[in-house]
Amino acid sequence: MELSGSQILMQFLKDEGVEYLFGYPGGAVLHIYDEIYAQDDVKHILVRHEQGATHMADGYARATGKPGVVLVTSGPGATNAVTGIATAHMDSVPLVVITGQVPTHAIGSDAFQEVDCVGITRPCVKHNFLVKDVRELADTLKKAFYVATTGRPGPVVVDIPKDVTRPDLKIPYEYPGTVAMRSYNPVMRGHPGQIRKALDLILSAKRPMIYTGGGVVLDDAADALVKFTRILGYPITNTLMGLGAYPGTDPQFIGMLGMHGTYEANMAMHHCDVLIGIGARFDDRVVGDVNKFCPEARIVHIDVDPASISKTVKVHVPIVGSVGKVLGEINGMLEGSNRRPDGQALAEWWERIHRWKSIDCLAYTPSDTLIKPQSVVEKLYEATGGDAYVTSDVGQHQMWAAQFYPFDKPRRWINSGGLGTMGFGMPAALGVQLAWPDAQVACITGEGSIIMCIQELSTAKQYDLPIKIVNLNNRYLGMVRQWQEFMYENRESHSYLDSLPDFAALAESFGHVGMTIDKPADVEGALREAFAMKDRLVFMDFITDPAENVYPMMMAGKGHNEMVLSEQTRQRELA
Amino acid sequence: MRHIISLLLENEPGALSRVAGLFSARAYNIESLSVAPTEDETASRMTLVTSGSDEIIEQITKQLNKLIDVVKLLDITGDAHVEREIMLVKVRVAGSAREEVKRIADIFRGRILDVTQSTYIIEVTGDGTKLDAFINSLDRSAIMEVVRSGLLAIGRGEKGLRL
Ligand SMILES: Cc1cc2nc3c(=O)[nH]c(=O)nc-3n(C[C@H](O)[C@H](O)[C@H](O)COP(=O)(O)OP(=O)(O)OC[C@H]3O[C@@H](n4cnc5c(N)ncnc54)[C@H](O)[C@@H]3O)c2cc1C
Ligand SMILES: Cc1ncc(C[n+]2csc(CCOP(=O)(O)OP(=O)(O)O)c2C)c(N)n1
Ligand SMILES: [Mg+2]
Repeated sequence: MELSGSQILMQFLKDEGVEYLFGYPGGAVLHIYDEIYAQDDVKHILVRHEQGATHMADGYARATGKPGVVLVTSGPGATNAVTGIATAHMDSVPLVVITGQVPTHAIGSDAFQEVDCVGITRPCVKHNFLVKDVRELADTLKKAFYVATTGRPGPVVVDIPKDVTRPDLKIPYEYPGTVAMRSYNPVMRGHPGQIRKALDLILSAKRPMIYTGGGVVLDDAADALVKFTRILGYPITNTLMGLGAYPGTDPQFIGMLGMHGTYEANMAMHHCDVLIGIGARFDDRVVGDVNKFCPEARIVHIDVDPASISKTVKVHVPIVGSVGKVLGEINGMLEGSNRRPDGQALAEWWERIHRWKSIDCLAYTPSDTLIKPQSVVEKLYEATGGDAYVTSDVGQHQMWAAQFYPFDKPRRWINSGGLGTMGFGMPAALGVQLAWPDAQVACITGEGSIIMCIQELSTAKQYDLPIKIVNLNNRYLGMVRQWQEFMYENRESHSYLDSLPDFAALAESFGHVGMTIDKPADVEGALREAFAMKDRLVFMDFITDPAENVYPMMMAGKGHNEMVLSEQTRQRELA
Repeated sequence: MRHIISLLLENEPGALSRVAGLFSARAYNIESLSVAPTEDETASRMTLVTSGSDEIIEQITKQLNKLIDVVKLLDITGDAHVEREIMLVKVRVAGSAREEVKRIADIFRGRILDVTQSTYIIEVTGDGTKLDAFINSLDRSAIMEVVRSGLLAIGRGEKGLRL
């Protein structure tokens, strides 16, 4: 088959099984757009801003495990995509981002819409390529998909100069089914000696704690994790990125850990004697002060990226490998023998954990007059039967979503944890809805965040994507206001959002359904009404209590046993 | 502690900037870095000198290994190895200084590569301390230019870094 560069690109995407291409046209990619016009195997989703394209592809990838694919033009197209690329990079999400570039002969001449895309994106991609010759295009694309989706996943940028895609230059094309790279061979199987050592340590625990993260979700290893946790009967906590990998409603699950983790999870971290870290990267929002971290624990760490191991916290038994493969081996060893943990010690440990749990650290004071944001999330859980895909933006609402919507399945909770990108939630939800057209998809957001990518309401209309937007409108950059309350004596420097739009009317102007809900009694009805409109996007603007804070909170420089609790919880802790 | 890390990289245009970018992005020290293609022109050999605590050096090697363009890596600090650096020094030599500079160069087994009425260019090879000692033995005000290659290093014997 003789094809032009543009035809090779489109044929390759089809051969690779790509369903959707999230993109926005411009001069450097017009040859490609002409080929998009000529085919209908790969569906192109026209976004309204390139940041939206990257977040949509990201949401699609997180909800399916398949790579998200983006196409943008050179210059401003590429720079607009950078926030989304960095967001995916921090959370290890597989994306392939194709950027147009000025023609090869013009590179370096400050040509119209030229930026050094490979240079700009280098620190926030897993890898990137500049394709200078159409004969390298197919192989490079294959490498891009391979690198993006294997090992620790991540975004890969392929920068393609315009002349490489010109229609009049045709070369033979064959889909490169396989790829070999001498410099890239991720280790997936754990070292047998390390696995045996880990098992000995795990079984020796008197006060064990399982701490798992996004790696379990990324590896689709939830079943192996559930088996492992149930055989042992140990308590388990998840990071913000790991929620859903272990069922959130299961009694062995003791909540999220870290800055806004539960009292019981953080206390159990502080007092455990063996910590089993699985596909988690000991992030600073989880660890707090490194010197106060798990002072009594010996630590096992399973991670596919050697650089995640002992990066911030020194671990005792490192295992480089994928979660699924390593836990599979350990489960096999447990099932094949009658070695079991010390039941007596474990029972005592659970008793302590239940005492910590009894202070009910997430409790909030209900109100008849003000809508409590936490209650909206709880009612959302009821209205969706606990089975929705939930995306979020960044701020207080994100934490309440994580705390009050227990996820029983992986890939249901989709948020920007590592970069904390406001504007992520709504476009990500659109990507999720494309991936799962029949699923209930909700975006929990705040009035600050939603504005950052509000233009994608127009994309939602064009493709009839019936997501449900739950705006917890506190008229504040709430998370900023909370820090100002706790750390800056309440000086609310630029955290109040003045001149907000009428969100319901705004949504309607985009062709959607808008609702404003300002009474606690109306919350449940509004949610039911919205989810009954199966084919409409509904924007629910909940006017919430502006003074509400996220508790518990582990402040910077503190240990897991030094959380700030809400007033009523503090009383119960003292009692 | 000071570490010498040898790398084999894909001989791709962006490879060097990936390594350099890693060091600046993660605030690692870089004392010297030298790179050139090997006998196999698809690969470049890099010698990198850095310093840091054991934890930092461990992260540096892991992060370098993670770069897709890095084929192989070896921290050769602890193994028997040979270190060499080449230095070119241009000195102003007038009158009696001509003989004196020549004598010092001889002591360091330096070679005079270029002579004009008022200058010498001297080549000195050795490890870093020898080159420093040579500089220190010259009259500072006479030194016009110093060009150093950065350290090159290779392990002794059978053990090595090959594709
Ligand atoms: C406002 C705000 C508040 C936050 N508060 C909290 C908080 O209270 N608690 C909290 O936990 N987080 C919180 N975060 C999120 C935090 O910033 C980090 O994003 C998060 O803790 C990282 O999660 P993780 O350790 O699971 O790592 P991820 O970023 O999910 O990384 C995954 C890890 O798994 C590894 N991995 C990937 N694939 C595999 C595989 N196949 N096999 C094995 N390993 C694999 C990777 O190498 C990596 O080490 C907050 C973020 C924001 C924006
Ligand atoms: C793009 C971006 N800019 C700034 C921030 C810093 N930031 C974190 S949370 C937050 C407030 C978010 O406000 P809102 O969306 O209303 O959520 P709330 O905290 O009120 O629930 C800000 C400004 C960020 N995370 N992302
Ligand atoms: Mg707000």
